[in-house]
Amino acid sequence: MLGLDDISKMILNEVADITDEPDGAYNFRVNSQLAGRNTTENINIVSKENGSGIDIFIKPGTKGENLHIPVVINESGVKETVYNDFFIGDNCDVTIVAGCGIDNCGAHDSQHDGVHRFYVGKNSRIKYVEKHFGSGSGDGKRILNPVTEVYMEENGVMEMEMEQIKGVDSTNRMTIAELKAGAKLLIKERLMTHGEQTAVSGYKVSLNGEGSTADVVSRSVARDTSSQTFNACISGNAPCSGHTECDSIIMDSGKILAIPSLEANDVDAMLVHEAAIGKIAGDQLIKLMTLGLTEAEAEQQIINGFLS
Amino acid sequence: MGECNMLELKNLSFSVEENGKQKEILHDLNLSIDNSKFVVITGPNGSGKSTLAKLIMGIEKPTSGQILFDGEDITRLSITERAKRGISFAFQQPVRFKGIRVHDLLRLAAGKDISIAEACNYLSEVGLCARDYIEREINSSLSGGELKRIEIATLLARQTKLSVFDEPEAGIDLWSFQNLIRIFENMQKEIKDSSIIIISHQERILRIADEIVLLSGGTIKKQGSVEDILPELIGTTAAVDACEKLK
Ligand SMILES: Nc1ncnc2c1ncn2[C@@H]1O[C@H](COP(=O)(O)OP(=O)(O)O)[C@@H](O)[C@H]1O
Ligand SMILES: [Mg+2]
Repeated sequence: MLGLDDISKMILNEVADITDEPDGAYNFRVNSQLAGRNTTENINIVSKENGSGIDIFIKPGTKGENLHIPVVINESGVKETVYNDFFIGDNCDVTIVAGCGIDNCGAHDSQHDGVHRFYVGKNSRIKYVEKHFGSGSGDGKRILNPVTEVYMEENGVMEMEMEQIKGVDSTNRMTIAELKAGAKLLIKERLMTHGEQTAVSGYKVSLNGEGSTADVVSRSVARDTSSQTFNACISGNAPCSGHTECDSIIMDSGKILAIPSLEANDVDAMLVHEAAIGKIAGDQLIKLMTLGLTEAEAEQQIINGFLS
Repeated sequence: MGECNMLELKNLSFSVEENGKQKEILHDLNLSIDNSKFVVITGPNGSGKSTLAKLIMGIEKPTSGQILFDGEDITRLSITERAKRGISFAFQQPVRFKGIRVHDLLRLAAGKDISIAEACNYLSEVGLCARDYIEREINSSLSGGELKRIEIATLLARQTKLSVFDEPEAGIDLWSFQNLIRIFENMQKEIKDSSIIIISHQERILRIADEIVLLSGGTIKKQGSVEDILPELIGTTAAVDACEKLK
């Protein structure tokens, strides 16, 4: 496929489930270079003139199409900041698969800071899937600092799944969203840190239009000596409803700081937050052991389920 | 030894420390259970029934005494090892798991990949419409009664020589009592030489026992056939229907 090496292929598979040339529009970025692009009648991809990223234009009324924009880094010492802007017309229904994998076998840090800005048109439904992954045995760190901004017009629906399960040494992610009337944002985040990793995840969601809704659900596991900070703020500036949930399992000497916050600036804003941090419940382990699993196997099953 | 007992509890005692003092929960308990037996353990609340079940499964370790399974001393074996030797246990209060689905739990119980059709069979057995449940997460969206049935289904999937059920009827509607009893009978038929221990207060379950064991204050007060034990129990708190108790 596109003359990529095996590690790039492995990473593409890991972050975007790509084993072959994907259906529909795509843009592959490998070690800061364009490695392949396909546009369709409805989805156009244009490199920014200053070389800092791409602009994506999705025509109004585009339905049932996929867009893949994976990023691979497998050279040690690559550091980049990339700006991708998505201009999505009205009445669309599109799935966007992003994802970044870093394989670092060298001594230098590799870092990808991706800034994604989504302008979601009226009545459009977007499903956005993003996976982050790190591998490689080098001492150089694998660093990912994504910034995601979502601007939603009336009655748009954005469903975001963001997952970082393995191998990223340091991450500082920020997601900002502004919703107009009737718009709906659903975020599902899955995060696992191990070793000495650190992860910071922040959300700032502003519900500005009447009837807008947001649901931000984060599940995370911190093992070994890793640490995580979850910082989610929902502001209700109109009659709206918002919910955040941060549910974490802590293991070994992991550390988690959860700071959910709510800000209501309208008497009809209904905002709820829930946060829970705890170790794996003993009775869950015991139950699975009575089915014949060892303690380690039971732990693995519980975590797999929790992060599914 | 020929027909040795499947399960033997010898001089089993269990105490816990409470406010710096030893509190004995089970005292010098002796019990033998043969192959192909249906044994019901009954007794007042707090008499130590659940504790006894946990000792058999290895969830609690005895303060003194011995547990033999098929002639082997399993007193020091872990829960996992006992499970692998063929003991299973349905909890009085089933555990919830975020993200683990009914199908996953049945697969883990069976110890192998089982098809949707097989998993559905187990669910139908316990009176759950399989299609509605197979993909459900075992989380707080399930009611207590649903969880109890799923718990029983996991034991059907395990197919072990010894199955211990702790108050399986709790939360299950009265109309399905007959089904519950049929499940136990089928289990025994399907697994050669298998025995079942049920902890229950229900007269209808007591009636089908090969043997009834009455536990009280951490010791066995009486043990024998339905004819021997039941007449004495009826009218005592050990064998009253839940609705009876409410009066
Ligand atoms: N780990 C424990 N620590 C303290 N007390 C316990 C413990 N386990 C059981 N008990 C006590 O032992 C007694 C028997 O409990 P249990 O076996 O659950 O009774 P049953 O199932 O017959 O109702 C109860 O008084 C209970 O509170
Ligand atoms: Mg009990």
